[in-house]
Amino acid sequence: MSEDFPGYRGHALKLLKSAGAEIGDMIRIKKGEEVWDGILIPRSESGDEYHVVIKMKSGYNVGISIDSKATLVKIGEGVKPKFTPPPLPEQNNSLPRVAIVSTGGTIASRVDYRTGGVRAALSASELYSVVPELSKIAVVETEILFSIFSENITAKHWTATAKAVAKHIENGVDGVVVAHGTDTLGYTAAALSFALQDLPVPLVMVASQRSADRPSSDAATNLLGAVKAAVFAPFAEVVIAMHESVSDTSIVFHRGTKARKCHTSRRDTFKSINASPLARWEDEKFRVLTKGYKKRDDSRKLILQPNFEDRVALIKAYPDIKPELIDWYVEEGCRGIILEGTGLGHVGDYLFSAIRNAVEKDVIVSMTSQCLWGRLNMNVYDQGRDLLALGVISLDDMLPETAYVKLRWVLGQTSDLEEAKNLLQENMVNEYSSRTLYDANII
Amino acid sequence: MSSRYSKIGLKAGLEIHQQLDTKEKLFCSCEPNLFKEEPEFTFIRKLRPAQSELGQIDSAAIFEFQKETEILYEANNDTACLVEMDEEPPHDLNREAVEISLLSSLMMKMKPVDEVHVMRKTVIDGSNTTGFQRTCVLALNGEIDIKGKKVAISQVSLEEDAARKTGKNGKLMHYRIDRLGIALIEVTTAPVIYTPEEAQETAAAIGRILRSTRRVRRGLGTIRQDVNISIRDGALIEIKGVQELELVSQVIEKEVQRQLSLLQIREELKKRGVNETDITDNFVDVTHVFKNTKCKVIANALKQKNPVLAVKLKGFDGLLKKELSVGMRLGAELAGMARFWGRVGGIFHTDEMPAYEVTKEEITKLGSLLKKNPLDAIVFVADSPENASDALKAVVERAKFALKGVPEETRAANDDGTTKYLRPRPGAARMYPETDVPPIQLTKSYIEELNGRLPELPEQLMKRLIEKYKVNQKITKQILDSEYLELFEAVASETKISPTIIAVALTETMKSLKREGKHVGLLSDEQIRGMFRLIDLGKTAKESIPEILGWLADNEDSTAKDALESLGLSMMSRKDLEKLVDEVIEKNSEFIELRGTGAFGPLMGIVMKKTRGRVKAKLVNEILKGKLETG
Repeated sequence: MSEDFPGYRGHALKLLKSAGAEIGDMIRIKKGEEVWDGILIPRSESGDEYHVVIKMKSGYNVGISIDSKATLVKIGEGVKPKFTPPPLPEQNNSLPRVAIVSTGGTIASRVDYRTGGVRAALSASELYSVVPELSKIAVVETEILFSIFSENITAKHWTATAKAVAKHIENGVDGVVVAHGTDTLGYTAAALSFALQDLPVPLVMVASQRSADRPSSDAATNLLGAVKAAVFAPFAEVVIAMHESVSDTSIVFHRGTKARKCHTSRRDTFKSINASPLARWEDEKFRVLTKGYKKRDDSRKLILQPNFEDRVALIKAYPDIKPELIDWYVEEGCRGIILEGTGLGHVGDYLFSAIRNAVEKDVIVSMTSQCLWGRLNMNVYDQGRDLLALGVISLDDMLPETAYVKLRWVLGQTSDLEEAKNLLQENMVNEYSSRTLYDANII
Repeated sequence: MSSRYSKIGLKAGLEIHQQLDTKEKLFCSCEPNLFKEEPEFTFIRKLRPAQSELGQIDSAAIFEFQKETEILYEANNDTACLVEMDEEPPHDLNREAVEISLLSSLMMKMKPVDEVHVMRKTVIDGSNTTGFQRTCVLALNGEIDIKGKKVAISQVSLEEDAARKTGKNGKLMHYRIDRLGIALIEVTTAPVIYTPEEAQETAAAIGRILRSTRRVRRGLGTIRQDVNISIRDGALIEIKGVQELELVSQVIEKEVQRQLSLLQIREELKKRGVNETDITDNFVDVTHVFKNTKCKVIANALKQKNPVLAVKLKGFDGLLKKELSVGMRLGAELAGMARFWGRVGGIFHTDEMPAYEVTKEEITKLGSLLKKNPLDAIVFVADSPENASDALKAVVERAKFALKGVPEETRAANDDGTTKYLRPRPGAARMYPETDVPPIQLTKSYIEELNGRLPELPEQLMKRLIEKYKVNQKITKQILDSEYLELFEAVASETKISPTIIAVALTETMKSLKREGKHVGLLSDEQIRGMFRLIDLGKTAKESIPEILGWLADNEDSTAKDALESLGLSMMSRKDLEKLVDEVIEKNSEFIELRGTGAFGPLMGIVMKKTRGRVKAKLVNEILKGKLETG
């Protein structure tokens, strides 16, 4: 596939090249008596080599099949369209400063006719084009750290992000916003919660489910809510700002260690689990929803600990899961295993000997539940007690994804087994809650 | 007549939108139906403008955004899923809809495209939850025959229907998403229509072709006509939503008149020596003039501490009340702009004064404050400072344009053929690819297969119907043009009733009931069939058809049986008929003695009148004759 003719290859590419036509030029395709005029448009990567896509005067795109008898000529030089963001609005330098760090995701994407799909963007001018109201709330400093879809985010990105955020905080910003894809946002939020403790200002992660190029996108309200939180929130914690419901009326802020993506497509996909969201922004008002939170304090010294251990596994238990899976991890030098068990914290007894083996090899084996909601209690049934006796550590009401991240972080701070176990069980950034409240609407 | 229109260079094009009768919606598996009950759930959204793939923000989108409306969407679970709520990406394009659209296209000799690309067309007024409408072009460049003249059909596209407005609550617009996503075929003609009559005939012909596929939805609101029209020196105006075929030519006539009048106003303003620089944004606060006013609207505004702002339109005296066309005045145009841009309820202007309890004295004071000359007009409005100012800004803009001629805009058709301002004309920047739906190839073999089973063209259909049912040509044409063709054929095959009687009932009778104000369009096929079934079973006579249809139209959700009972139209039993005939004979015994057999005719008349529709004439004949002969 040619860089100048994205999507075109083989027969189509040959025709275009011999006509000297480029994306954006006016071309004419003749097939017998049929004549098609239009602007040459890129083709999607999965398209075949026998069609050329043009944009007609009406604005509609259409695919024309080009067989051996079709001719293609260029009939006009095109104005190469480009995404021109409107000029920056007036900046009011007396406003609070907010750093917006972009790692990618739908929220940071724009429809680009050139690649026929999305490209990453989140410079200051593009931000203001999406949310012009920002200029009345804060002076925004943007940094495009990476442009990746979050399914490709790994711990090395967590580390880089933590370091970038720390730098901005050192520069004295009043709050930091991190734009991210929704898919693994929960993991990154947990990672940043552990890597950046004793925050002096809020760290608000933000994402969107609908692409920002469409008028109904949740990106604008989410971004607005995130920046408002960065400026006005009384708390200095890692939170995730997303829609509270399918309506555009409120943005809710979930604690980074207690939230997860629960729906493939709904804009209110993030839910706080075993916790209530930390705050809500609705009707132009900010309301904190929990009793305890870390207060904003400019003088507080940030503790940056951005390292994560690689050799940790998250294993979901299911009927007939092979114990060899655990053996393999242990043989490969795995230092920690988070089990996503069933119910109150159980796995089949056919895993016991593999677990015993792992614990004996000083692998930290700990338990969470694939029920997600509710807390573990491994004292209630024999199976649970047996697991405890094997040395499995119960992780109470921590989410499996958060537990995975925390164990990687803990083992990134110490190589001492006992110290690691203690850190794992210590409640550092509200990843555990001591009370499970009744919530009639789980989702 | 046509020379009048060619003299002014009338050019028009049509866009016909017809809902397709598919099992599911265009991009999901929901039922393509509407519901009248309270919604099962609602949600609130705000829409913002976005840039098209060509890097420009569409002006119509900015316009809607500036109106700052929030939208409340109403839904139920049968007709909306997460796709309609913009909470799930669209599913694949509905193939049944593609097929029906292609069959229609091929009947109009159009050339299908090789690969269908679905586009997003920005629509930010709230009628699409996503802020865009999904649409794709299926075929191009065909033609239809209108009385020997070939009318070029430029495009057939397939698109999703929009949500429907159900009300407004302050700034909150209410839309119902049951209609959102229903498959619509859009047939666009080239701008080659030169008279209003041609436009109406073309619209009728296209409607006929679509209906001949037998796969389009019928009923009120399932077909909508848009007209694009321009005259020399005027402007290209898009008129949306002409619901009734019969209004098409009227709408065009009135629009031609409106544009001609606007051009006349331009000339008049020139004569009066008005320049663009004479019309300025110089708004004067005239609140104190009205501090004791009896005008309710202004008094209310003042009570809420809102001002009255006024602006002078130099040279416009008498022009605001001038009728541009029957039922449309320039003053109303200004009011329309003020309502949209300023969110005000309306404006006042000196051409209509004194009125609304505004006194001559108040107007005189107003005039002197603004230094009004006799040839000037003043527009004033009472609302919040922001709204009033935005409203007058829009008024001034529109007034300035009156000096240039006719502004390009999108207008909405009213029920009486007049139109009103809807929004600014959208530009081509509105469309970009719908990347969530992969393109579909229309292979040669698929098109060949469709060509092999095209539905009958209306002309062939007409011939066949006349041959089969022996109904005369006039009535057959009416049935073909109505929405009752299928029902007609069904009833004709299910019952022994004469096809002509069925056809007349479904055409002339329906039309005359409509003229009387009966909402026969709301009758369901089942109700009408029920009536014919009862006639077939001998439970009532064909003479009762108009009464039954009229009663059904007045009584929602009723059955033909209910109508019979309520109207007392059940067939009379033979015994009761004989009794009645006996009574009539007795009452008129002297007359019978006098006339002898000559009494038969008048007596028939009396009995038929008394039994109105509850007896078969043949039976009365037999009984009466019998009794007269023996008695």
